[in-house]
Amino acid sequence: MSTDTATAWGTIRRGLTQSPELRTGLAGTLALALVATVGRVAVPVAIQQAVDYGLRAPGGPDVGRIVTVVAATVAVLSVTVSCAYLMNVRLYTVSERALAGVRTRAFRHIHDLSMLHQQAERRGSLVSRVTSDVDQISQFLQWGGVILLVSFGQLTVTTLVMLAYSWRLTLVVYLAFAPLVLLIRFLQKRLTAAYGEVRARVGVLLAAIGESVVGAGVIRAYGVQRRTVARLDTAIEANRTAQFRALRTAVLSFANGEVGAGLATAAVVVVGVRLGVDGSLSVGQLTAFLFLVTMFIQPVQIMTEVLNEAQNAVAGWRRVLDVQDIEPDVADPGDAGRDLPPGPIDIRFAHVSYAYPATVPGRGPSGTSEPAPSSGPEVLSDIDLVVAAQTRVAMVGETGSGKTTFAKLLTRLMDPTRGTVSLSGVPLPEVRFGSLRRRVVMVPQDGFLFDASIADNVRFARPELSDDELYLALAELGLADWLDGLPDGLRTPVGERGEALSVGERQLVALARAYVADPDLLVLDEATSAVDPATEVRLQRALDAVTRGRTTVAIAHRLSTAQAADEVIVVDAGRVVQRGPHAVLVREPESVYGRLYASWLEQTRS
Amino acid sequence: MGLSGEGVLGKGLRVLGRAIREEPRVFAVSVVGSVAFGVLTIASAYVMGAVVGRAIVPSLDAHRVQGAALAVGAAAILAVSLGKVASLFGRRLGAGAMQFRLQARYRRAVTRRYLDLPLSWHHAHATGVLLSNANADVESAWYPIAPLPFAVGTVVMLVAAVGSLFATDWVLALVGVAIFPALLGLNVAYSRRMSPRVTAAQRLRAEVSAVAHESFDGALVVKTMGREAEETARFAAKAGELRDALIRVGRVRGAFDPFLDALPSLGTLGVLLVGALRMRQGAVSVADVVSVAFLFTVLAFPVRAIGWVLAELPRSVVGWERVQHVLRATGDMVYGSSTLDGGGPAALVFDGVDFAYAEGQPVLHGVTFEVPAGRTVALVGPTGSGKSTIAALAARLVEPSAGTVALDGVDARSLTQAALAGTVALVPQVPFVFDDTVRGNVTLDRAGVDDDAVWRALRMAQVDRFVAGLPDKLDTMVGERGTTLSGGQRQRVTLARALGGRPRLLVLDDATSAVDPRVEAAVLAALRERDAGASILVVAYRRATIALADEVVYLEHGKVGARGTHAELLATVPGYADLVTAYERAEAERERERVYDEAVL
Repeated sequence: MSTDTATAWGTIRRGLTQSPELRTGLAGTLALALVATVGRVAVPVAIQQAVDYGLRAPGGPDVGRIVTVVAATVAVLSVTVSCAYLMNVRLYTVSERALAGVRTRAFRHIHDLSMLHQQAERRGSLVSRVTSDVDQISQFLQWGGVILLVSFGQLTVTTLVMLAYSWRLTLVVYLAFAPLVLLIRFLQKRLTAAYGEVRARVGVLLAAIGESVVGAGVIRAYGVQRRTVARLDTAIEANRTAQFRALRTAVLSFANGEVGAGLATAAVVVVGVRLGVDGSLSVGQLTAFLFLVTMFIQPVQIMTEVLNEAQNAVAGWRRVLDVQDIEPDVADPGDAGRDLPPGPIDIRFAHVSYAYPATVPGRGPSGTSEPAPSSGPEVLSDIDLVVAAQTRVAMVGETGSGKTTFAKLLTRLMDPTRGTVSLSGVPLPEVRFGSLRRRVVMVPQDGFLFDASIADNVRFARPELSDDELYLALAELGLADWLDGLPDGLRTPVGERGEALSVGERQLVALARAYVADPDLLVLDEATSAVDPATEVRLQRALDAVTRGRTTVAIAHRLSTAQAADEVIVVDAGRVVQRGPHAVLVREPESVYGRLYASWLEQTRS
Repeated sequence: MGLSGEGVLGKGLRVLGRAIREEPRVFAVSVVGSVAFGVLTIASAYVMGAVVGRAIVPSLDAHRVQGAALAVGAAAILAVSLGKVASLFGRRLGAGAMQFRLQARYRRAVTRRYLDLPLSWHHAHATGVLLSNANADVESAWYPIAPLPFAVGTVVMLVAAVGSLFATDWVLALVGVAIFPALLGLNVAYSRRMSPRVTAAQRLRAEVSAVAHESFDGALVVKTMGREAEETARFAAKAGELRDALIRVGRVRGAFDPFLDALPSLGTLGVLLVGALRMRQGAVSVADVVSVAFLFTVLAFPVRAIGWVLAELPRSVVGWERVQHVLRATGDMVYGSSTLDGGGPAALVFDGVDFAYAEGQPVLHGVTFEVPAGRTVALVGPTGSGKSTIAALAARLVEPSAGTVALDGVDARSLTQAALAGTVALVPQVPFVFDDTVRGNVTLDRAGVDDDAVWRALRMAQVDRFVAGLPDKLDTMVGERGTTLSGGQRQRVTLARALGGRPRLLVLDDATSAVDPRVEAAVLAALRERDAGASILVVAYRRATIALADEVVYLEHGKVGARGTHAELLATVPGYADLVTAYERAEAERERERVYDEAVL
């Protein structure tokens, strides 16, 4: 528990350091909170005063005295209400402003993480870093945190007032509560575990629901609804059970406070009467004490409830901070870096090797995480090559030979484990991202589209382009006919992830998007694998024409691309085994390329 | 959402009524607990008054401990406290049980609807929305259930409190009569002011989440195009709107909360004032005044429960309506009662099939072709011509808007789901794997798919060696959406899944693009030569695959452009020839250019 608290405090401190905005006017807010808290004991004090000097005044109730007491208390209450209002408004405003900043910074940071880091996380968990986790912090800051603070203040002030009335009775109250505090702390531990279980069950539940939605087609095609229902029901039931268990522990902990209240009140009455008989306590003071005991119990009970919320919130905050603590391992050199020199781009790989980190599962060629200490097997070994500017290169090889890894190193989605990749003589780690991403564009096989129109997707990197310019660009790629055949042409919505289009059509849009970005080095990673051959060939001719004078590297599954390229680079098991124009390479039928080409002919001719 | 205050209150109360009807027993338990808690809370005030009046005052006045009265007083305080604990368990556990049971029931109902509703309905709804319908919306709908019994108990308690006030002194009671309605009124005003603001914030929360989800989904595109700053600006704009909405919520909450806290204190002060006057008239004792004053203190907190319920109603109504949208959705795919008894390969017939994903945007018109039993038919056509749609229709994942799809001469609509699933196996273009073991992914718990069958299927799909090399073999978990597998491996596992069920008709939607053509040929040959055999409909671009087909159906703009053997179509259909000879022609053209270039040089 103590270590938990220590890390919780550590998290809060880290959070405050990262979001200095949270401290804006903190002193003022705390002062207001203090006043609002002190105001809370006004009523018990008023009761004491009214009972002792008003109601029980010698010679009957002294109404004048009571009017004075009531008027004074109303004045105190007005001040309290005003302070509480001001405190709330300041708190909401400051915390929401700071948290909008936290959300945005975390969002940006996640985009700045390397591709491998992004892919190692579940998509949903990245989203919750900028949504529900931040919501929990806000809950904590505005509600839980304040309540903890106010409750603690109320506890302190109440104790002080109690001490002023009678130190012995105060001791009685504390003694009555001491065993309960120990019990509550014990239950708190169990509660933490119980809420942890609830969170884990919610994760499983979300995954099960996600599968039933995303896999809807497969579930129907195989008629396995019953199996899916069984999995869902298990997850739903486990979630319900975990929730109820956590609640049971929470109620048990709360009930302890109630028992404590009874014990303390009874003890105060018994001991208080004995003290009162000696004349060291008045009726009013004793009555006020009874009210004070209630005011003492409330914060204890509320604190036990809020502490659970607080733990969730601190855990959420820690997750948000943790994601921001991950150093982007493929980082923008920023001001320390330089821009790529203008003009056509040439490529140099100097003894480049790459192995995926072992912690990222299934990236090795065999798809398993080999029991390597820090990294998996090398997928590229000692690649040493130069591609002259303005050439069109095709890279071919079997599945798993390392082609895609080459493309990722070339576009600096990853950094090599050994060796250097340079563009136009500048090592990639020195190139500013602003320059790199503008001049070098990659089209991945799965061309993700945003839920917008075709036009908005194509102009992604160049929002200033008009519809006419976009149409022209698509026409240049020979896609005008296809576009004209769509119901709304450029304005056709592509749907979520582009799913309103066929897989091949999505690739066409992704390619057009890269083309209008106007890069000097275009890297195509099987960018047309789902497009029909006639369209592909047309597209390739068009692309050749419009990218003339630039450098292109095309990773290809279909050797038609290799045939059209100036030069072919053949990779096999992570090494470059052949290089040269298609016409030359094909003369060696026993070579890797020779075999690939024979297989290609076999599949495309008959 | 355009929810007016009045409407929300009415609708919200109806939702609560529904909850009570569905869980009457736990609700009864929790309300009994809550009422008992309320009554005991009032009792505690009177016990306190009595203790002051009968034990404290006499003892202190007489300077002698009134032992008996003190003992009774202390015992009464403890008894009330224990009673409160017992009722607390009833109230809170009952409320929790009710809330969680309703959540679980509606989650089951919503996810069952997902599985029953047709794929076309799924296509019309965003994944994120469906996820939140089954999760967050169900949760919101039943959110007010947690404080509901407390609130009901509080209402009973208020009535009892007013009653007890009148029993004590009618003038003091008037203070209560003034304060309690004011408290209720303030609570109602609070929830009215809050509801539109909370609804707006809720909507923006969903929008912020949607932007983040999409942006992280497309992280690779954002990264490769260097659009991080613009994406952050897009997100920051939404986050800013959410921030302003939350501050607006905070202002209302910040204003009402202190008043709600202070109102009972004003009641206490009023009691002191009125109590003094009444004492002078000899109508009440000190104990009475203390009791009533204490009553206001202990009531302050429970009255807030009514506010909590009211404050959660708008959210609840929105959640409930979203859940109802799913539960009330119609257009279930109705399965027939016919079965197919034949063994061996199944025949597939498309007869005048029309299809549209959205009205006015037809995808297929009058598609007619057949796959005779035991034959292989290749479906060839340009990008976006409707091939995947035909594959989905063949497995009856979607319904034709006109025309029929028949298996072995029986309209697919009149077949049972089991008959359909047992006959047709579709391997989609984009492979989907479950977060399960390799075995689970292949068998899907279908009857008759034992480990031998699994290994056979894996061998046919050429992933048996890969699986044999995994640490736990068939028991290896493949991870969420198969993240531990490469694209080609995922494709082969889904292929094995199709083969494992021994389908009589196999539909391959460009499902072997990552598989070596020789492997593909071996798979198709093995399928056809298997003991029972299968018919095959294959979406293909590869000449090698097309060559394996007995017939080719050429699709153009959603219509069957031509049917025949590859050689026939090649000779007679220019579009088809253009498509399948694209690579040769490109090569020939390059050759001509090369010769020309050389001649010029």
